[in-house]
Amino acid sequence: MKLLVPIKRVVDYNVKIRVKADGSGVELANVKMSMNPFDEISVEEALRLKEAGKAEDVVVVSIGPAKAEETLRTALAMGADRAVLVETEDQVEPLAVAKILKGVAEAEQPGLVIVGKQAIDDDSNQTGQMLSALLGWAQATFASKVEIGDGSANVTREVDGGLQTIEVKLPAVVTTDLRLNEPRYASLPNIMKAKKKPLDRKTPADFGVDTSPRLKVLKTEEPSGRKAGVKVKSVAELVDKLKTEAGVL
Amino acid sequence: MAILLLADHDNAHLSDQTAKALTAAGQIGSDVHVLVAGSGARAAAEQAAKLSGVTKVLLADDASLANNLAEPLAALIVSLAGSYDAIVSAATSVGKNVLPRVAALLDVAQVSEIVEVVSADTFKRPIYAGNAIQTVQSTDAKKVITVRTASFAAAGEGGSASVETVSAAANPGLSTHVQDALSSSDRPELTSAKIIISGGRALGSSEKFQEVILPVADKLGAAVGASRAAVDAGYAPNDWQVGQTGKVVAPQLYIACGISGAIQHLAGMKDSKVIVAINKDEEAPIFQVADYGLVADLFDALPELEKAL
Ligand SMILES: Cc1cc2nc3c(=O)[nH]c(=O)nc-3n(C[C@H](O)[C@H](O)[C@H](O)COP(=O)(O)OP(=O)(O)OC[C@H]3O[C@@H](n4cnc5c(N)ncnc54)[C@H](O)[C@@H]3O)c2cc1C
Ligand SMILES: Nc1ncnc2c1ncn2[C@@H]1O[C@H](COP(=O)(O)O)[C@@H](O)[C@H]1O
Repeated sequence: MKLLVPIKRVVDYNVKIRVKADGSGVELANVKMSMNPFDEISVEEALRLKEAGKAEDVVVVSIGPAKAEETLRTALAMGADRAVLVETEDQVEPLAVAKILKGVAEAEQPGLVIVGKQAIDDDSNQTGQMLSALLGWAQATFASKVEIGDGSANVTREVDGGLQTIEVKLPAVVTTDLRLNEPRYASLPNIMKAKKKPLDRKTPADFGVDTSPRLKVLKTEEPSGRKAGVKVKSVAELVDKLKTEAGVL
Repeated sequence: MAILLLADHDNAHLSDQTAKALTAAGQIGSDVHVLVAGSGARAAAEQAAKLSGVTKVLLADDASLANNLAEPLAALIVSLAGSYDAIVSAATSVGKNVLPRVAALLDVAQVSEIVEVVSADTFKRPIYAGNAIQTVQSTDAKKVITVRTASFAAAGEGGSASVETVSAAANPGLSTHVQDALSSSDRPELTSAKIIISGGRALGSSEKFQEVILPVADKLGAAVGASRAAVDAGYAPNDWQVGQTGKVVAPQLYIACGISGAIQHLAGMKDSKVIVAINKDEEAPIFQVADYGLVADLFDALPELEKAL
């Protein structure tokens, strides 16, 4: 079977972003960009399924600016076989991303789509669930373990009280959580090889998707800050302050 | 505005996440109906009926709804959606799983994890691990919203809504439940606790985590949290993770022990009323948000703290 892995180019998780002074958004010029960390986990899972003989082909797809090609090349260097870049300079909301991914899935016919649980820029946690709804497929979100069976998969999910295991019919959409695996690094020879791997270019219009936003962003502001307090010298002083000053004990 | 609020419950008990999301729902519109979907869930429905501000409870009791599987639950919500202007849920693992599915089926953009209701169509929500707050206005006729419960007080009791039964929608039959491995504990839940003590990578093993963190938690009647590093290393279970991609909490007192204070961790606890950090590195970023910082080895400080309480 074929595996489809959507990946998003986002501000690197180590960067502490800055809000623009005029409230119009977040400063993105000259900021380090990387693959969304959950998508690295998805690529890794797809590669492991391929290595275990459960899948033949790993196709990665990104919806984003021309530079998202770099992110796709990273996935190809990790070991993915092919890439699709759906190029747009617009900010695309999860619903429109899901609609485009539906088009890609219909063209590629994967047995499983492995989506990240959450993009660390918009923190939406929506796309996988939306894609699964649009395709009319089963969904298994927040996966910490995926076992492929015959026409179905058993997925262990990280839920509020612990873990839940469900069985989903294939094809299905899985979203990946932090404990699923530890992604590999691309080796230098593989980074070179990735430059020659096939990459298709498309546009949202090729899938007939209107990407105009449904949510109007009126303002982007800094969160109310917190100031560093005091250092206490001992446990006794800490307990005393918590009782008398803070009144929380 | 009629609002459908999806209840968070385990059939027998309604979680207080529902009471907090109800506060947000009540700020969006005044006619709030609570949907309790489950199997043998009448008890939870009766608790929902007592919440102040609920005008009606809908109880959908069916075997297909026993385990919160996304497809039958989304089908049920969509079958009811016609009568509502907004569909709201707490951003629990159930809400985050099912509401985007509902939104897509209704062709609506979801507004995730709101922290403030500005007006019936405008909301504030954190992005970039809470390092920026966006004000967004939904242009969809129907709204689909999840609520970050740490930002809203729980609605009180005093209501006496009627409980009406509704039937489950046809189960698409795409998934089946295999098993739950849920942690049972007498400690308060992270999302409702007044005091939380969390441990990080510095704990070094699950034995040490239990040996030094839990006795203090017991003394304080606190819930226990952990950093991602501690969970990844197996010192603490996954559902204890606090942060951008774990639970978001805002207790009266949060005690971070051997946690450096990465932005992803801060995202989950920086709205706590009082923050205490115990770390042996005086440069650790956690001290920048701590009201009280103690530069010390936690293996000395925590046993001492336990005795002093
Ligand atoms: C996509 C993504 C999502 C993430 N989501 C989360 C999340 O939700 N929650 C989260 O917590 N992290 C999250 N992280 C991870 C985060 O970036 C940090 O790696 C993590 O929080 C570090 O955990 P830590 O503070 O326990 O470990 P470290 O950063 O290793 O810090 C350990 C601290 O312990 C101190 N220490 C060591 N020994 C002692 C001692 N004996 N006594 C006292 N202090 C001691 C050290 O000085 C140090 O400050 C995420 C990362 C990514 C990429
Ligand atoms: N522009 C995009 N291109 C490709 N995949 C995306 C894009 N946006 C979101 N995704 C996928 O959806 C996941 C969840 O994103 P979100 O719903 O925005 O939190 C990400 O981890 C990606 O796998």
